[in-house]
Amino acid sequence: MAKPDLTPERLGYLDLMREIEDFFYREADLLDEREYDEWLDLLTEDIVYWMPLRKNVSFENRSKDITAENDLAWFHDDKATLKKRVKQIQTGVHWADEPISRVSHLITNIRLAEPISSLGEGETTMTKCRFIVYRNRVEDETDFLVGRREDTLVRVNGSLRIARRKIILDQSVLLAKNLTMFF
Amino acid sequence: MRSRSSSAHNLVDTANGEISREIFVNEEIYEQEKERIFTRAWLYVGHESQIRKNGDYFVSKMGEESVILTRDFAGKVHVFLNSCAHRGMKVCRYDEGNTRAFRCPYHAWTYKTDGTLIGVQDYESAYQPPFDKSEWGLVEVAQLANYMGTIWATWDKDAPPFEDYLGEAKFAFDHGLCAWDGGDGGTELLGSVQKWKVPCNWKFIAENFSGDWLHGVSHRSVDMVRLGPSGEVGRRDDFGQLVVTAYPEGHGILYSVYPNKETRIEYATSAVTSEYYQRCWERRLKNRGELAGTCPLVGTIFPNMSFHAQQPRTLLVSHPTGANETEMWRTYFVDSEAPEEVKQFLRDYYMRYSGPAGMTEQDDMENWNYAHAASSGTIARRRPYHYKAGLGRGGAHAVIPGVVTEDPITSEQNPRYFYKRWAEYMDTGSWDELLDARKIRA
Repeated sequence: MAKPDLTPERLGYLDLMREIEDFFYREADLLDEREYDEWLDLLTEDIVYWMPLRKNVSFENRSKDITAENDLAWFHDDKATLKKRVKQIQTGVHWADEPISRVSHLITNIRLAEPISSLGEGETTMTKCRFIVYRNRVEDETDFLVGRREDTLVRVNGSLRIARRKIILDQSVLLAKNLTMFF
Repeated sequence: MRSRSSSAHNLVDTANGEISREIFVNEEIYEQEKERIFTRAWLYVGHESQIRKNGDYFVSKMGEESVILTRDFAGKVHVFLNSCAHRGMKVCRYDEGNTRAFRCPYHAWTYKTDGTLIGVQDYESAYQPPFDKSEWGLVEVAQLANYMGTIWATWDKDAPPFEDYLGEAKFAFDHGLCAWDGGDGGTELLGSVQKWKVPCNWKFIAENFSGDWLHGVSHRSVDMVRLGPSGEVGRRDDFGQLVVTAYPEGHGILYSVYPNKETRIEYATSAVTSEYYQRCWERRLKNRGELAGTCPLVGTIFPNMSFHAQQPRTLLVSHPTGANETEMWRTYFVDSEAPEEVKQFLRDYYMRYSGPAGMTEQDDMENWNYAHAASSGTIARRRPYHYKAGLGRGGAHAVIPGVVTEDPITSEQNPRYFYKRWAEYMDTGSWDELLDARKIRA
């Protein structure tokens, strides 16, 4: 068996990966435990939060199966809009999520788009992951939403923040009646 | 088993404003709706901006069935059933694109974009004597119409021309689907279609958008967070006085009348958009004169096409997929000549307003879902729905055609006219009778 390659670069990469995994798992906890204000603090002020539509296309046109950024989407929000979404849930009269739903975020397959060994103050990196967002509400209403995420993370005052999130849901006709949850 | 003749009228009592829950939850009634409404009425299929070039196609639906909207190589627009004449496979399985022909993936029967069958596997050897390919093209709709860019079709050759079908509700399209300045610049779709499934009968949705101004509490949360595009109050900018209007063809429109003398500030959170809209308003005053401030806010064209003409501007089709489920297809439209920055701002506002993630529309789906579910029970079905708001009030308006109720506009006359028309389709065999029935008031 080969000796582990524990160079400083390798150790730096492993440390950063653990930090990013912890960051995403904590984010999932904040959402599922409905700590939305704390969740908003994880987003940069200029975040772009985007969930494009998916289309039925030929293999030849496979690059068009995700709608472009100037086309329609499910979400295309800035931080002000995300804050309003949170505030809407917190009004207590947002019937689409009242009574509150039960939601679990499972985050997996986390990878760095570029292998790096450190992320300095102000630096950004793109990560990829898969998500399962499970929602159950009222009695038997259940949604099971699966897809990929591409997140741009940035280090601000020593902590990770999300600067851009692209959510690629694996559904064309949305099988959930609405999207009251965050991804 | 329900008998077919005059049974729907027993379920729809518009004179007293009581309508049976059966028409929303009963599977047999739904099966009859497919035949008696969705094969006869004019249905919205798509927009001409989706098929600009010869060979462009867009796969749409009419009722439950998949159809192809396409422009052939002579530039003519067609709507075909998306089902191979040979064994029924969908001949087009992409949402949109451009093609010279539709080739069935099952046995390779191939059709031109004008629907003619041009290719059959082993045609020379397998068919003795050869069959006449001209009789085996794609099934085409009986009539098609393009009204201000919106494309409509019906399977019924006896249906009246589309403009007669619209009746006086044509006024709403003329003032609502035009460029915002009221000129000839036209409108176009803002790209793709949002499609999503909602567990409710399609009529909940059609009725809601026909002008139900009583459901304000549904949207209280979005008013509280001030979604409005000027950031100040509510979820929209000031649109003036409301006027609710119904049409004997089953259409229902909620208009707003904005005073012509006043400047009109909209979209104040985007300087570019706000300035564009102010310029449009000045031109609208010139182009439309007295009628400048008269514009539909929301409406439903019978049976299942709804639209918003102001904030947001959107077209919706509520395609039934069963008695208990509907597939909503929502598109958004803008002035073709609007600057790109304005289109982008509007697109983002429209999406946070409408669609399944729209902060307004999310709550509608919740209500339709659970209103439907709680109406399905044996005891629940015995109790009719209550549609008595504004009974006996409808009158006339100086400018806006139709049966009009205003001040207060809390009237359910529009759903009453919608369901009156629904019952006429369900009980009436011929278009002559259907056209005659328009003379009777709800």
